[in-house]
Amino acid sequence: MNHLPDWVLIVAIKSGVLIFVVVTCFAYLMLLERKMLGWFQMRVGPTWCGPWGLMQPAADAVKLVLKEDLTPGQADWFVYKVAPALAVLTALLAYAVIPFGWLPDGRPIAIASPNVGILYLLAVASVGVYGIALGGWSSQSKWPLLGAVRSTAQMISYELAMGLSIVPVVMLAGTTDLGGIVAAQSAHHLWYAIPLFIPYFIYGITALAETNRAPFDLPEAETELVAGFHTEYSSLRFGTFFVAEYVNMITVCAIRTLLFLGGGDGPFVRQFPLLSVVWFLAKVGILLFMMIWWRATLPRLRYDRLMAFGWKVLLPTAVGNLLIVAGVVSALGTR
Amino acid sequence: MPASPWTIIAVYFIIALVVACVIAIVPGIFTRKRPTVEKLEAYECGVPPTSALLGRFPVRFFLVAMLFVVFDVEAASFFPWAVQLKALGWFGFMEMLTFIVVLGIGYAYVWKKGGFSWR
Repeated sequence: MNHLPDWVLIVAIKSGVLIFVVVTCFAYLMLLERKMLGWFQMRVGPTWCGPWGLMQPAADAVKLVLKEDLTPGQADWFVYKVAPALAVLTALLAYAVIPFGWLPDGRPIAIASPNVGILYLLAVASVGVYGIALGGWSSQSKWPLLGAVRSTAQMISYELAMGLSIVPVVMLAGTTDLGGIVAAQSAHHLWYAIPLFIPYFIYGITALAETNRAPFDLPEAETELVAGFHTEYSSLRFGTFFVAEYVNMITVCAIRTLLFLGGGDGPFVRQFPLLSVVWFLAKVGILLFMMIWWRATLPRLRYDRLMAFGWKVLLPTAVGNLLIVAGVVSALGTR
Repeated sequence: MPASPWTIIAVYFIIALVVACVIAIVPGIFTRKRPTVEKLEAYECGVPPTSALLGRFPVRFFLVAMLFVVFDVEAASFFPWAVQLKALGWFGFMEMLTFIVVLGIGYAYVWKKGGFSWR
């Protein structure tokens, strides 16, 4: 009685450490983004807080915590306070199943490895829209509401193509277990990005739309919607939406690495299995770099074109590609 | 470890929930609240709000949501089929081809009716 089994404690500690690491990664991803955007635009980026601006995330956090936490008079009080926390909760949930590599005895380094890992990730990605939708709605103000509605429509539209771009991976691997998909890729010495390059690019595009990143950052289009769904937010609640967005960025890059780039697969992994963590993080880092690069390069889409692109181009392409892959897999049969 | 993956995920969920609750509560602790009438108004680029919240927005958004439900259910049905495709072979392929053709007719109908054009 009143005694938790040991595994609960172990899982709780692991979860706490993982969440801490993810949030730290978020902080330095944001610094990296500001630095890189600076370099892309011939500026230096943040340099004043600490050496090379390394204390900038801490300074931002302290500033945000000390700012006045204002709830607009017209806002729905409870939903307004809960929405940012909900956004960050749904963003963190995905990390429960992501395998970061594998141990020498072959077990995946993950909090949990259910055999339907992909479906779990898709489900978590679907509820991710609630934080933004509720945040924008509960502000009871024009621009946040428009931003939230836009964001919802955009995210659910691109979610279809995202789901369909994952199906070919499941076909080739024959499993929805994330560890199994990585193992299938390293067993055949073939990263799925090579045979499945069309889903690879479709997933990359939808990942940008799902995380509301440029060129799909319509929900926060400054030129037309002030700041979009978080216009009315201040203080740490405003920062929380940023945490959610950047954590989601890391998530989609991690999923893309697992599904298409062989996860922790890489040179010398057979001899030193723990090296898989390094390869995995390196691949995720490269994908994150590219996401920031696109933000610096591409202009924002117009909203009607964004929706038309999702429904009229991405969706048919994904379905057509799915049929082709299904035909090839059927022709090759059970190997 | 005796636990199933889902109980482990439940533990992880609780930890994440605690973190989220802390984030939701902390901003209220360290800050002083000095609300004024102007601060509490809805943001309207510095001018007094011209109207309350706009009560209506384009029906397009609802249409997108409805279409999403239709197509997402179909996308979810692909996954069990995809897992078993190697075992099913051509039989599975033809089954899904029939399904996609039927779906394609619906898709073409929506396209022709202008369900995808944002105008």
